[in-house]
Amino acid sequence: MLNISNLHAGIEEKKILKGINLEIKPGEVHAIMGPNGSGKSTLASVLAGRESFEVSDGAVQFMGKDLLELSPEDRAREGLFLAFQYPVEIPGVSTTNFIKTAVNETRKYRGQDPLDAVAFLKLMKERMKLVQIDQSLLSRSLNEGFSGGEKKRNEIFQMAMLEPKFAILDETDSGLDIDALRIVANGVNQLRSKDNAFLVVTHYQRLLEYIVPDFVHVLYNGRIVKSGTKELALELEERGYDFIKNEPQLVAQD
Amino acid sequence: MSKDTVQYFSDIYQQADQVKPLRAFQDQQMQQFTAWGLPGARHEEWKYARVASLFKNGIAYSFDMPGISETDIDPYRLPGTDKATELVFVNGQFNQALSAVRHDSSELTVLPLQQAAAGEHAKWIEENIGHSAKYHQDGINALNGAFAGHGLYLQVRKGRALEAPVYIYHVVDSRAGFILAQPRVLVHVQESAQVQLAEEYINIGGQDSLTNEVIEMVAEKDSVVDYYKIQNEGPNANHVGTTHIRQHGKCLTNSVTITLGGGMVRNNLNMIMESAHGESHMYGLSLLDGKTLADNHTIVDNAEPNCLSNELYKAIMDGESTGVSNGKIFVRKDAQKTNAYQSNKNILIGELASANTKPQLEIFADDVKCSHGCTVGRLDEEALFYLRARGIGEKSAKALLLHAFAVDVLEHIRHENLRAHVDRIISERLDFNF
Repeated sequence: MLNISNLHAGIEEKKILKGINLEIKPGEVHAIMGPNGSGKSTLASVLAGRESFEVSDGAVQFMGKDLLELSPEDRAREGLFLAFQYPVEIPGVSTTNFIKTAVNETRKYRGQDPLDAVAFLKLMKERMKLVQIDQSLLSRSLNEGFSGGEKKRNEIFQMAMLEPKFAILDETDSGLDIDALRIVANGVNQLRSKDNAFLVVTHYQRLLEYIVPDFVHVLYNGRIVKSGTKELALELEERGYDFIKNEPQLVAQD
Repeated sequence: MSKDTVQYFSDIYQQADQVKPLRAFQDQQMQQFTAWGLPGARHEEWKYARVASLFKNGIAYSFDMPGISETDIDPYRLPGTDKATELVFVNGQFNQALSAVRHDSSELTVLPLQQAAAGEHAKWIEENIGHSAKYHQDGINALNGAFAGHGLYLQVRKGRALEAPVYIYHVVDSRAGFILAQPRVLVHVQESAQVQLAEEYINIGGQDSLTNEVIEMVAEKDSVVDYYKIQNEGPNANHVGTTHIRQHGKCLTNSVTITLGGGMVRNNLNMIMESAHGESHMYGLSLLDGKTLADNHTIVDNAEPNCLSNELYKAIMDGESTGVSNGKIFVRKDAQKTNAYQSNKNILIGELASANTKPQLEIFADDVKCSHGCTVGRLDEEALFYLRARGIGEKSAKALLLHAFAVDVLEHIRHENLRAHVDRIISERLDFNF
C-alpha cells in the first residue's frame, strides 16, 4: 500500500529526515515513536504534502502511484488522510459544509456522483456516533472555539466520513484526557479493516494500549533506528528514549 | 481642472430650468463649484480617487430622459419586490413612472425633491439639505448640489417600523456614450421609525459613466436605520457616493457598503452623532479585481457624550486592483465616554494589487475609548493546507476561505433575503457553490 524508500526531507537548509525506509501493507497498523525533534511530525507532513517541506531524495509509492508527485488534495482523494496534531480553526466555514465539499470533491475525483443532501445527512448521522460527536458542534465554524478533545474527535469524524485507505494519526493523543482518548481510539478501531492501514505517530505508549499496533518503529534523528512489535513500545515506556540515544552505533551515525 | 469644465457646467446651469424652491441652495452650490472646481491630485482627500481625470474625455450632461423601460431593470431587481418599495433614478434623475411605492402613505412619503420643497416639507428641506457640504468642501459635492433639483425626498413616518425594505436603483444609460449622473436623495426618518434602505447601481450600455450621488439622511430620536449600498457594475462605471447620516436624536444605525465592481469607486460614509447615547455600526466589503479602485472614506463625528461607533471594513484584492480605507473619527470636547472602534482587514491575492489604509483620529475629550487596527496579508497557508489535505481542490479551498473572510461583513445585512442575494453574487464571483 505504502512504500517509503530512502526518504530525505527538510525545511530550508535544515535536514530532518535522513533516509526513512518503511513498508506498510493493507490491514496493518504501524506506530512511529520517538523523542521530541526526531522527525515524527515531519514524516507525517511530508506524506500529506505540506509544501513548506522539501524532499531532497528518496521515493514514496502509494497504491502504485508516485505519492510525491501528487498535490495534497489528490493525495487525499487517492485515499490518504492526515489527522492533524493541531487542527486549524477556520472561522466562517461551517464544519458540515466543509465536510460535504471534501466528500463530494473526493467522489468527483473517483468518478462518483455527489451525495445529495439526504444521503449526506444519513452518512453523517451514522459516522457521528463513532466518535460521539454532537450535531451542534458540526454546525459551528470549523474547529473554532472547540476544546482540544473536540478538535481531535472532529479529526477522527472527518476520517470516518472520508473513509481513507491509509490514515496517519499525528499525535492524536496529545491534549486528550483518558475518556476522550478512549472515544478517539474506539472510533479508530471501528474503522480498522483488512483493506486499510494506519500510521500512528505518538510520543507516549499510552495511546497504543487502545490502538494496538502490529509494528512499532523508533524514529531518532531522522532515521528509523529500531523496529519491533508492540512490546517495543512497552520497553520504551519503561526505559525512556535514553537507551536508544546511548546505543553506540547510533551516535556513530551522526 | 480646466476652466472649460467649470464653464461647461456654468452654461448648463444657466440654461437649465431651475426649480424655484431650491434655487437659493443650488445657486450657492454652483458658486462653490465655480470657486473650488473638481478636486485634483493635490487634494489630500482625493489622493487615490482622481475624479478630475474622469472629465478629461468630454462631458455629457443631459436633462433628457432616455428610453429605459421596466424590463431593462428587471435583471437587477433586489429580492422581495412584491412588498418592497422600488424607486428608480435614470441618469441621476428621479423617475416616478418607473418607480413603485408599495408602502402605505401612512408609513412612507415619497416625493420628487422639488415638489416636496414647494409644499409642506419646504422648511425642513431648506434647513437640512446640504449638511454634507460641511464635511466635503470640494467641487464634486458642490456639483451634485447645483443640480439637486431632480432628486428625491423620503419621509419615514413617526413610530412606523417598515417591514419591507425601500430599494433605490440608480440606472445610467450609457448606450449613447459617456454619462454623468447626479442623484440627490434626502431622507427624514422620524421619531421611533424603522427603515431598511438599500441602494443599487446599474449601468445599462456598458460605456463610461460617472454617478456622483449625495444622499443625506436625518434620523430622529429612537429610530433604527439599516442602510445597504451595493455596487456591482462593470469596469466602465465610475462612482462617487456620499452617504451622510445625522443622528439627530439617540438612535441606532447599521450600514453595510458592498463594492464588487466598477472603475473608480469612492464611497464616503459619514455618521454625525449629534445626540448622546447614539450607536452606529459601519461595515464594508470590497471584492476587487482588474484595475478597480475602491476608496472608502468614513467620518464619525462625535459631538455629544456616550456614543458608540464600530467600523469593520474588509477587502479582497485580485489583479491590479487598489483598495483604500480612510477612517476619520472626531471626538469633540463634550463627547466624553465616546467608544469608537475601527478595524480594516485586507487580503491581497493579485501580485500587483495594493491596499492603502489610514486611520485619522482627532480627539478633544479626555475620557474616551478609541481604537483602530489594520491587517494586510495573503491567505492563511496553514488553513489552505488543512482544506487541501481533505481533498478540497486549491481553487475551491481558496474560495472557501475568501468566502469565510467575507461572511464577517455579510452577516450584518440583517434583511435575510437581501443577505442571501448578496451572498449568491459573491459566491458566484468566487466561483464556488455548495
